[in-house]
Amino acid sequence: MSTSTIVSLPDQSTARIPKMNYLTKENGLLSWLLTSDHKRIATLYLISITFFFFIGGALAGLIRLELLTPQSDLMAADTYNKVFTMHGVIMVFFFLVPSVPATLGNFFIPMMIGAKDLALPKINLLSWYLYIVAGFMAIFTMAAGGVDTGWTFTTPLSTHYLNTHVISTGLAIFVAGFSSIFTGLNFIVTIHKMRCPGMTWFRLPLFVWAHYAASILMVLGTPVLAITLVLVVLERTVHIGVFDPALGGDPLLFQHLFWFYSHPAVYIMILPGMGVISEVISTFSRKRVFGYTAVAFSSVAIAVFGFFVWAHHMFIMGISNYAALVFSLLTMLVAVPSAIKIFNWAFTLYKGSITFETPMLYAFGFMGLFTIGGMTGVFLGTTGTDIHLTETYFIVAHFHFVMVGGMLMAFLSGIHFWWPKWTGRMYPEKISQFAAVVTFIGFCFTFFPQFILGTLGMPRRYAAYPPEFQVLNVFSTAGATILGVGYLLPILYLTWSLKYGEIAGDNPWQATGLEWQTQSPPLTENFTELPIMDHEAYDYEWLENKQAKEVASVQ
Amino acid sequence: MSHISPVLWQFLVKWMTNFALYPPEASTIAPQMDALYFFMVLVSLIGLTIVILLIVSFSILYSRKRHPKAVQIEGSTLLEATWTIIPLGLFLIMFVWGALIYFRVFTPPANAMNIYVVGKQWMWKAEHPGGQHEINSLHIPVDQPIQLTLISQDVFHSFSIPAFRVKREAIPGRYTTVWFQATATGTYHLFCTQYCGTNHSAMIGDVVVLSADDYKKWLASSTSGDSLAQNGERLFASLSCAACHNTRPDARGPSLANVYGSKLTLSSGEQITADDAYLREAILNPSQHITQGYAPIMPTYQGQVSEEGVIALVEYIKHLDSDYRIQQTTTTTDLLPESQPTAKPAATKQAAQGKVNP
Repeated sequence: MSTSTIVSLPDQSTARIPKMNYLTKENGLLSWLLTSDHKRIATLYLISITFFFFIGGALAGLIRLELLTPQSDLMAADTYNKVFTMHGVIMVFFFLVPSVPATLGNFFIPMMIGAKDLALPKINLLSWYLYIVAGFMAIFTMAAGGVDTGWTFTTPLSTHYLNTHVISTGLAIFVAGFSSIFTGLNFIVTIHKMRCPGMTWFRLPLFVWAHYAASILMVLGTPVLAITLVLVVLERTVHIGVFDPALGGDPLLFQHLFWFYSHPAVYIMILPGMGVISEVISTFSRKRVFGYTAVAFSSVAIAVFGFFVWAHHMFIMGISNYAALVFSLLTMLVAVPSAIKIFNWAFTLYKGSITFETPMLYAFGFMGLFTIGGMTGVFLGTTGTDIHLTETYFIVAHFHFVMVGGMLMAFLSGIHFWWPKWTGRMYPEKISQFAAVVTFIGFCFTFFPQFILGTLGMPRRYAAYPPEFQVLNVFSTAGATILGVGYLLPILYLTWSLKYGEIAGDNPWQATGLEWQTQSPPLTENFTELPIMDHEAYDYEWLENKQAKEVASVQ
Repeated sequence: MSHISPVLWQFLVKWMTNFALYPPEASTIAPQMDALYFFMVLVSLIGLTIVILLIVSFSILYSRKRHPKAVQIEGSTLLEATWTIIPLGLFLIMFVWGALIYFRVFTPPANAMNIYVVGKQWMWKAEHPGGQHEINSLHIPVDQPIQLTLISQDVFHSFSIPAFRVKREAIPGRYTTVWFQATATGTYHLFCTQYCGTNHSAMIGDVVVLSADDYKKWLASSTSGDSLAQNGERLFASLSCAACHNTRPDARGPSLANVYGSKLTLSSGEQITADDAYLREAILNPSQHITQGYAPIMPTYQGQVSEEGVIALVEYIKHLDSDYRIQQTTTTTDLLPESQPTAKPAATKQAAQGKVNP
């Protein structure tokens, strides 16, 4: 065994994928469409969110192409507005929100806590169907002519001034919201009730803690979004006048309600990603996560504080100066737990025994890019600098650093990390390391120039812009091309690996989580016997002793 | 350089000659905001360097090749406290520093010259106190505090001048204000930064900062003859406001002389200060704003007066400093045929010019 890798695969000449597993148990389309197995539902989710990611990605490509030149020449302004709106709607509600929780969370939370399935398997399936219905509504909207409100649906623009498909988009997000609520509810119940004997709260993997925190946000935040969208629909159809100043309504109220969900939604998106990073960093440095309790509680702190910062999206909107002051202060407080996590991960490496497989490379990418994304968030949470930077490309760059540089990196890290468990086969290592590096370079090239553009004052959502901003936009578009390649590669080689990948065996990374202590791909019931958690999380000595014992018993 | 494609070459030359990391600093607030901005950039760079150094050095020192056996460490309260408290401290410094700038930007000085700006799909319309209008441009004098009172006639817009580091949302149905003092003459970008529909990216213009002399010339060449308050007076007359808001003892409406800035008691018992926003509300939504002692008989003017009209009325009421002025207007009403609101006796004009001016 090479010393530069921890991968230990079974002898490829004799190894076989286990005949009985969740994939082979039943066959036929119906066995998938009516399944209640969390692993199959996660697979359905994985396929569907990848589909939406590529629609959203194609739209992003169109945006970058349009911005190659200062004039609006590739598309008319109206078309451009529709394209960026659909890009935002699809990426936020149909990719980022369900990305890690509905796929990796769905698949691995029950396995990590030693359960057979989620607590409410049929609700889990229902949540996928809701997602699909919502997705089709969104695609229908696009096919029927699209919508151009921006993903933020700002009133009164969305309620009184646009003749595009605002209602069907709003209802699509409304339905997708229920999918998210059900997933969150399911996770909370499962984590409370389904833990195996010995699995105390402080033996839970940090991935589970992160999902628990995110689930609370989903369950408490999403209903507010649902109500807000219903109000928008009612305002459009029957003019109830909640947001219309002419009828005594308050147009700013919409933004309060919208951001009351949509700021916590940012943490719904990023927290599960942070959970992935904790697992990956620990496994590839062979060490327990530095300051387990601090990392666990920082997730909860983010979830709690996350609810009290929404008005930092509205500093220039004429809210009272003192309100701005309070929300700015609270925003500073929510920045601290993220900083704690970054340093704890960095110190997990200290005196570890580090290897650099693909998931680890993506995790390093996450740490670097998320640090930039987080720090630039402080620029925007500070009232004084927010005045200049908000509503410009600075904010676009900031949330792409967090959402794409952070969340998407974490998602890809997790997909590569758990791919052998999910499919029973390894992905090809060399090309995927290459893809990780390409993604990182492409990402920096795409979004770094946007910080400078924003500082120079270039407003977001502009189909045409003053010519002096062109050079930086050309850089950004060039970077997006590289980034596109970085995202296309995993699709190709992961599909290839389904047939030709090496047989992974139970625990190719020698990770400590319970999900690795069973066959790959797992049985429908996950474990042959009920696991008993008799050690702490990330206990690599326990793993070594266990493996030594197994070797001894074979001999 | 023959081996570089000419397109690319031109492109690079263009970039290098115009390269900038931040826009020109053309207002008093700009250098202050930039100081904070660069402090934050510095802190971010240091933070990022620390994270990268930690990752890289640990990756080298503790790679599996060099360090085959990991040493289990539970954590360290001291270290964790350090990286909790230091970032928190830095963030709090930024918070206080930023808040000082924020309050400065949104607290106009008393001597600021007020310009009204109305945003509508897709243009900016500025109303100067001297009655000058302009669309998608704003002419202002250098070294003089300018306050903008913004309102939108339809959707949310946002008035952004990057060179001044100033931006403020124009909201339908309510006034917002911002102020700045330009420090360098020149022409700067004016953007709408809040997405407002189809031609959002065409809702741009120029802010032209003029020297005091040039500004005077501009004022003289752009005037339509009447000040904003005079336009308001004409509107006041044509809407027959003075039928009730006259100074007679049996008047059905309160006298408006010196009402601006005064404390009023409403019929609900609420005490309010009559500012721009209150005056606007009282014109458009009078039933909610009845001064104590008066009957709720004023009709709403919602839909009858444009935002520019309301601004003119507000500006007129602001400058009403004696009952005499209202009596003048009352007389005007009596003289004016409703069909010709623009015709105006010379006497009123003189009176107005004497009293009502920026």
